[in-house]
Amino acid sequence: MIELTVNGETRRVEVEADTPLLWVLRDTLGLTGTKYGCGIAQCGACTVLVDGQATRSCSVPVDAVRGARVTTIEAIEKDPVGRRVVEAWVAQEVPQCGYCQSGQVMAATALLTTTPKPDAADIRAAMTNICRCGTYNAIAAAIRQAADAA
Amino acid sequence: MQVEEALLARIEAGETLNLSRRGLLGGVAVAGLLLGAGMPGRVARAQATGGLQHATKVAAYLNIRPDGTIHLRSPFVEGGQGVDTAIAQIVAEELDADPARFTVTCAPPGADYMVVANGQRRLTGGSLSVRSSYAHFRKLGATARAMLLQAAAEQWSVPAKDLVTEPGRVLHRASGRAAEYGELAALAAALTPPADAPLKDPKNFRLIGKPVPRLGMRERATGRVQYAIDLKVEGMLQAAVVHAPRAGAQPGEFGNEAQVKAMPGVHSVHRLPGAVAVVADSFWHARKAVESLQVIWTALSGPVLAEDFSNATMLDSLKGAKGRPGNPAEQAGDVEAALQRAARVIEAEYDAPYLAHAQIEPPSALARFNADGTLDVWVPNQVPEVFQSVAAREAGIEPAKVRIHTPPLGGFFGRHFAYGPGNPMPQAIRLAKAVGRPVKVIWTREEEFRRDAYRPLAFANFRAGLDNQGKLVALHAAGYGEGPITRHFGAARLGNPPIDGSIMEGLSGKPYRVANKRIEYVPVPHPPGVNLGFWRSVGHSMNDFFFECFLDEVAQAAGRDPLAFRQTLLQHSPRHLNLLKAVTELAGGWRGQPFEAPDGSRRARGLAMASPFGSEVATIAEVSIDQGEVVVHDVWVAIDPGQAVNPRIIAQQVESAVAIGLSSALAEEVIFERGEPKTRNFDTYTVLRSDRMPRVHVRVVESGAPMGGIGEPGLPGVPPAVANAVATLTGQRIRSLPFSKTRFGQA
Ligand code: FES
Ligand code: FES
Repeated sequence: MIELTVNGETRRVEVEADTPLLWVLRDTLGLTGTKYGCGIAQCGACTVLVDGQATRSCSVPVDAVRGARVTTIEAIEKDPVGRRVVEAWVAQEVPQCGYCQSGQVMAATALLTTTPKPDAADIRAAMTNICRCGTYNAIAAAIRQAADAA
Repeated sequence: MQVEEALLARIEAGETLNLSRRGLLGGVAVAGLLLGAGMPGRVARAQATGGLQHATKVAAYLNIRPDGTIHLRSPFVEGGQGVDTAIAQIVAEELDADPARFTVTCAPPGADYMVVANGQRRLTGGSLSVRSSYAHFRKLGATARAMLLQAAAEQWSVPAKDLVTEPGRVLHRASGRAAEYGELAALAAALTPPADAPLKDPKNFRLIGKPVPRLGMRERATGRVQYAIDLKVEGMLQAAVVHAPRAGAQPGEFGNEAQVKAMPGVHSVHRLPGAVAVVADSFWHARKAVESLQVIWTALSGPVLAEDFSNATMLDSLKGAKGRPGNPAEQAGDVEAALQRAARVIEAEYDAPYLAHAQIEPPSALARFNADGTLDVWVPNQVPEVFQSVAAREAGIEPAKVRIHTPPLGGFFGRHFAYGPGNPMPQAIRLAKAVGRPVKVIWTREEEFRRDAYRPLAFANFRAGLDNQGKLVALHAAGYGEGPITRHFGAARLGNPPIDGSIMEGLSGKPYRVANKRIEYVPVPHPPGVNLGFWRSVGHSMNDFFFECFLDEVAQAAGRDPLAFRQTLLQHSPRHLNLLKAVTELAGGWRGQPFEAPDGSRRARGLAMASPFGSEVATIAEVSIDQGEVVVHDVWVAIDPGQAVNPRIIAQQVESAVAIGLSSALAEEVIFERGEPKTRNFDTYTVLRSDRMPRVHVRVVESGAPMGGIGEPGLPGVPPAVANAVATLTGQRIRSLPFSKTRFGQA
């Protein structure tokens, strides 16, 4: 039995300690907004916040986040920065297929939380998730919009 | 146990494979398995002209709910290309409704949804959706509006001709009465659809041609869209598979079956055609277990990829066909005589690698057999009717007993046609049958890259003749290989003379006028063990690179500027000249020579044109070199789709196509070594990330020509525009993709 804090709630899960957080979220807790894309920390589709830090949940054993606060896309609009990010994402029409966008929104929220006024280099350094639909410029524009809205 | 230990020893001793060395065994089992049942590619990809036979079937498409929201069942699947919005926009225009009140889902299989190719076919692909169904959906919207008017007329006992609409409601001006569509919908639905509802005069359009906001943005920004991989049904188990390292091998004995069965959550272990599977209570349990399974792979049946197969052997086999007479795709004058007479002959060879689709949602399929003998399947797909017939055959039941559910796609780019063994649906059906419970199969990224249907590795060679004025008087081009059309429809379907358009488009179909020209197709098969697929812009994805780069080589040999050289060859075509003007304007002017940018970097621009999927495109790229690598700063694209439905979506699609086109040029390459695909995840299959994304500038030119496609046409101009810019800047001419094989220096 492992105890986790996910989106502000305490959850007890019956899984092996080395199970990746991603699969605990998706299969055990039914939080499918967090996506599987590569499983090897390459694509970022599985990005969640662990104590506010953007984290690739496919490559973190659930054991490692005992006692930490895990935030997933399902709760992102409860976060004031996350809400601004989502509004900017909608206004800029960032998503195409949308599959990578949970992870992108989480990464952008983490960036704007630590760096409220990021410059182009900050954005490039923080936004390393793959978008096969090529929405990178729209992502950067939406991050600037969310920063300006603060 | 003893047997297992013995097997284990053999596995540890390195005996993982026991394949036939004959390599290409058997017939092409994959062929005919099934892109569009009975659908010759050329017909499907032709411009539709009529096809209004389903346009009055309002009930099949539209459900106007009491609250005024509208559910539209679309023949097409949304996968990022914006088709849900475009279709809603067209219907809403004629229906006189607010597109924001639409929800769009992909319709189940059914004859009513055959809206492509004159109302004969259904697929989401070929950049066909909007252009093939535009007239259909206008008429459908107009028909529904007429029914609502008639319903109000009957309710109010007034003539329908005295009624008008404004978005979402019917008005009777004389009496001041008004009713929302939601109030009238039930009554309207009971009426017989009129055959001749009037269409709007296009000059009164308030939605078509406007940047109507995309639907589904908030759901996609908050993780609320349910893709196939996210779905779950009561009692479902999950499965993971491992395919044979070399395609065609079959699973023989297991080395450690008992241990694997004892792993946490494991339900059962299975042999499948060319693969093994573990069914478990969660995907992670299934994956861990199946990847622990020790398998003796044997070649019992089917096509087996040769043990020495690699990209190099494939390219050799294409090059080995050089000089073999091909089938003429285009012919004018006498090219050999003209080459003989030419003052100068320029020759070059080009090649491009296998590519993976690399959509971020890995394939999955969920199958459930029901007590009443029916089967439900949830699966990412671009052709529901084809998946229905494949599923029926796999399950051994009638197609009518199979329900195919098509969730939104997490990207596709051509990935989700059936492609024989190239998708997990047959596995899900077998496993669900075997375990007597619903099963969802997910392919890991590694399995996806191992069994994708790849953009074919391709080769072309060229000869051009210049006269002593530097005029292009002769052009010979040959494309070699096998495309997904041959592979999945069969060579018999290629027409006469047999031309595989998926290998030739972009070598043929160019707008340039050359007096003596021969463009030919030389068929050379790829091994059956390498699946071939339609990859965003298909043949254009490599051929426009080949052709437009070679054209720059010829211009250079002629001592001509690449823009001026193209203009000379396009004097007969105002549409293309106009497009060149548009793209150079957009780029702030053409620069044919290297120059110094304000930031001090040395830069150059390159130009390319393409005529893909009924649209015309001109592209300029601006590049510099940094530490031996290409940096693309800006890409300017002028696209003429004839007519635009949603210019903002067009710009978004072009930008997306620029990204994937640039990605393919810079670094993408599926690598086969010793018969096995070695690029198994995003660490080795390198796709574009934000750090190499250029600024993208798009101008939509509406020439009024017949409507062309949008999803793919932005792509083919990008690799050649970048390569041409690099050649201008460095003098290095890239003739083999991707660029990452070359280190660049300043000229
Ligand atoms: S799934 Fe975790 S980084 Fe790709
Ligand atoms: S929106 Fe499709 S992968 Fe990013």
